[in-house]
Amino acid sequence: MNGIRDHFGLHDDALALRSKRNNILASNIANAATPHFKARDIDFEAALAKAMPSGPITTTSSNHITGGGNALDSSLEYRASINPSLDGNTVELSVEQMEFSENVVRYQTSLTFLNRKISGLMSAIKGE
Amino acid sequence: MAGIQNIFDISGRAMSAQLTRLNTVASNLANAKSFAGSKQEAFVAIKPVFETEYAAHAERSGIATVNVSDIVTSDLQPQRVHLPSHPKADEEGYVWGSAVNVEEEMVEMLEASRQYQNNLEVVSTLRSLMMRTVNMGR
Repeated sequence: MNGIRDHFGLHDDALALRSKRNNILASNIANAATPHFKARDIDFEAALAKAMPSGPITTTSSNHITGGGNALDSSLEYRASINPSLDGNTVELSVEQMEFSENVVRYQTSLTFLNRKISGLMSAIKGE
Repeated sequence: MAGIQNIFDISGRAMSAQLTRLNTVASNLANAKSFAGSKQEAFVAIKPVFETEYAAHAERSGIATVNVSDIVTSDLQPQRVHLPSHPKADEEGYVWGSAVNVEEEMVEMLEASRQYQNNLEVVSTLRSLMMRTVNMGR
């Protein structure tokens, strides 16, 4: 089973992370008119680097950490606003919409990669 | 109330908050040119108070939506106007006009409808992404 999972590489982690980021950006857009709301985001590169496996590690105890943490545990950060508004809200719709549309495209990219890998696996299994 | 779990909770509640805001704008505009016999009876503009509602594990998931926590009356004061022909005018010929700033309400209406559209756009985009994800591997 590990072989199939390794075949997907980082794309499954990337997809889960993109989906999490979509929810965060949607929360920012939902709170565009709420006073004192601070826009949040995650550092995608850093979070994905967390999920990167650091080679096979032999463990001698069940308490040992095998490396390759969970990308979804990445910490949230506050967005530095370019044009802060008077009511203390740091959501800028232009910024959020750009980030959101980029994130959606990158989600679709990861999804396409996964689909290709799955169909590659299927044709290898069928052997046609 | 059930917890906030997914995009439909986030954007759905934000849309209903913006709709409440649009309703208050409509009420204010409808009463913009009404007159009353006394200062107490005069209409004063109403405003919704928006408040962020965080999901149970917001510190990890970053999920938050918005709720209307209260509807308050604006601090604008009703205007005393001289209209002797008005049936509600007092013995000096004055009536009290409603405290509504029409220009402010129009701007409010534009902003609320734009933000409603934004949330709707987010939902429809993510919904089509979900449909594509469900069909993954076919």
